Amino acid sequence: MAVLELRGLTKRFGGLLVVDGLDLSVAEGEIVSLIGPNGAGKTTVFNLISGVFTPDGGDILLDGRSIVGLPRHEIARRGVARTFQTLRVFLNMTVAENVIAAEYASGTVGAVRSFLGTPAARAEAERMRAEAERRLAFFGERLVGYRLEQPAYSLSYANRRRLEIARAMATGARLLLLDEPAAGMNPAETQEITRLIGQLRDEAGYTILVIEHDMHVVEGISDRVVALDHGVKIAEGSFDDVATDPAVVEAYLGKGGAATK
Amino acid sequence: MPEIGTDRWVAEFESRRVRREGPWGRLIEWSSRRWLWLFAGAAIVYPFVIGGDFGIRVGVNALLLAMLAIGLNVVVGYTGLLDLGYVAYYGLGAYGYAFLASDQFGIHLPTPVVVAVVALVVFGVGLVLGQPARRLVGDYLAILTLFFLQVFVELALNLDRLDLPFVDGPVSITGGPNGIAGVDPMEILGFRFGQVRDYYFLLLVLVILLIVGVTNLARSRTGVGWRAIREDTLAAEHMTIPSGRLKVLAYAFGATVAAVSGTVFAAVQLGVFPQNFTVALLIVVYAALVLGGEGSIPGALVGALIIAMVPELLRTPAGARLLFYGGLLVAGLTLVRPRRRLAVIVPGLLLFGLAVRALVAGIWPGLVAAETAGGVDRWLLRFSASADVVVSVLFVVTIAVALAAVAVRRRRVRDALLILGVYLLVLVWENRLVEEPSITRQLLFGALLVVLMVARPHGLLGRPRVEVV
Repeated sequence: MAVLELRGLTKRFGGLLVVDGLDLSVAEGEIVSLIGPNGAGKTTVFNLISGVFTPDGGDILLDGRSIVGLPRHEIARRGVARTFQTLRVFLNMTVAENVIAAEYASGTVGAVRSFLGTPAARAEAERMRAEAERRLAFFGERLVGYRLEQPAYSLSYANRRRLEIARAMATGARLLLLDEPAAGMNPAETQEITRLIGQLRDEAGYTILVIEHDMHVVEGISDRVVALDHGVKIAEGSFDDVATDPAVVEAYLGKGGAATK
Repeated sequence: MPEIGTDRWVAEFESRRVRREGPWGRLIEWSSRRWLWLFAGAAIVYPFVIGGDFGIRVGVNALLLAMLAIGLNVVVGYTGLLDLGYVAYYGLGAYGYAFLASDQFGIHLPTPVVVAVVALVVFGVGLVLGQPARRLVGDYLAILTLFFLQVFVELALNLDRLDLPFVDGPVSITGGPNGIAGVDPMEILGFRFGQVRDYYFLLLVLVILLIVGVTNLARSRTGVGWRAIREDTLAAEHMTIPSGRLKVLAYAFGATVAAVSGTVFAAVQLGVFPQNFTVALLIVVYAALVLGGEGSIPGALVGALIIAMVPELLRTPAGARLLFYGGLLVAGLTLVRPRRRLAVIVPGLLLFGLAVRALVAGIWPGLVAAETAGGVDRWLLRFSASADVVVSVLFVVTIAVALAAVAVRRRRVRDALLILGVYLLVLVWENRLVEEPSITRQLLFGALLVVLMVARPHGLLGRPRVEVV
């Protein structure tokens, strides 16, 4: 069964149709890339899935159950985690705290017991801390050791992207929505991210929906590519099929662009 | 191509790490780890050192303010809810205690029961009145909560002639502008609180328990969630944090802390009056929190102690003197860099003072007052009463010299101006200001706050927040 299924998903901003009857399904363990020119509606699709906006039409099914209209934290609890195109780490918190914050749903101890510092509260705090270190160790030694106690604003751009991914993993989600994970990275870091996304699926077992502009990354990771333009799906299939699709080439390069390719 | 996870910068970080060095640095490191013990030790000794009832009363006010500031820190500092109705819950706690432990309704419940009931009821009220925090942020929430405070004050002022069904004549609930006098003192486990000192130690225990509890909370998923909400509410929600529920919880927690301190306040004062819970107190609590540093528990504590105690210290010439020279010493130690410049400035200052004194005594003996024994008078000019005008002129000159000392860049000239400026400052201080604490008190306190906030805009113990990088 598909982990995520979009049925006729539609969203309007005023009179503008941003997403227009989009159908999309992502199977367990699949990596699907969403591509398209700027303004195609890719990030809006992510915002609809994760509950920032409510759709004007259509349905979003997670494991066959609709998640439309649920509060954002509830959607996250049910297994959808995301990163942001414009980074949104908790800048004035430490690296470890950023990840611990995302473990909220895994906790069971309430505020009263936390205030009193009962053994259960202490044990939970320690478990969350250890869990955060384990998540961050996924990125080698970049975010562990003394970095755990560093404020997130001290991190480089690339490390903030890694931290966002670690944070998304810590929610306990099975479906990751990665919004341009390679944006602003240098070629070496881009290659690293490509491998990392592969590892996220192969070793950690995530299902991944990713928005990406860097075609090397898209080529390297995708099981399937979906191209959007003006909120409409214009192509779907393997990377090679979509990349040579006339409609996609036209969307990216304009009419006549196809002739020069 | 680099391997995943290998990072030389990280591997070599130890060589770049900066630590505080020297005895001064070690003292700072040590006290930043052990601050609660330092505070507890000093606070236990304080009543015995200070002696008189007045000093202990000042301590009680300081601890009450500390409780309020630490509770507000959870609402404002952690969760980022601008709650301007906070003081209303302090009032609710105080009135709640007065209702359940006075002759107002003839109810005299045991103190622990009263405090527990008040805490629970106010927590419930906080949960209800905190609902707007789910949707409103920033100034919108501020205005709404300020309205809550005004409603509370109006109710306290006007619920004194209420016509109720089945009751003859108007009923007074809050006692109106006269409040409720004759509130019972507290009594816990058979111990009856008689003196101010008893309440002082009760408050000390409460403050320490509160600090330990809030520190525990800050490490828990609740506390981390609160701070995540302040940092970025939307991102926090995407990370499974139920922001609405946690905001309301923070609001109600702050309200409960305020209410509990309110019960003690009512008992210490043996009465409650509407004018105790106005916007003025709200500003004082916020001032304590902002001065200490939003988001920092020791900051809230230090801020409260400064705001509550410094104006009292300025009341007597001896206390004002202590503060003045202490401030001068700290300013000299922290602002003069490199410190070896002090080796020139301090002896220069001493010689300059002696020279001026000898010179003036030789030329114009009438200007100088008859010799008084010892201390600073051997060094400093003491003007006779007829020379008041001279002091006033020197006051202006002092300000001019201070401005010049800041503006001049050449090292030698600046040191010379600094010597002159400090000398004049001490001169004006000793001859005029210290004798008139009623005038200088607010002035000096204001100046102190301005200087502290200029020196540390993010609060004494707060961390500068980074919003965009």
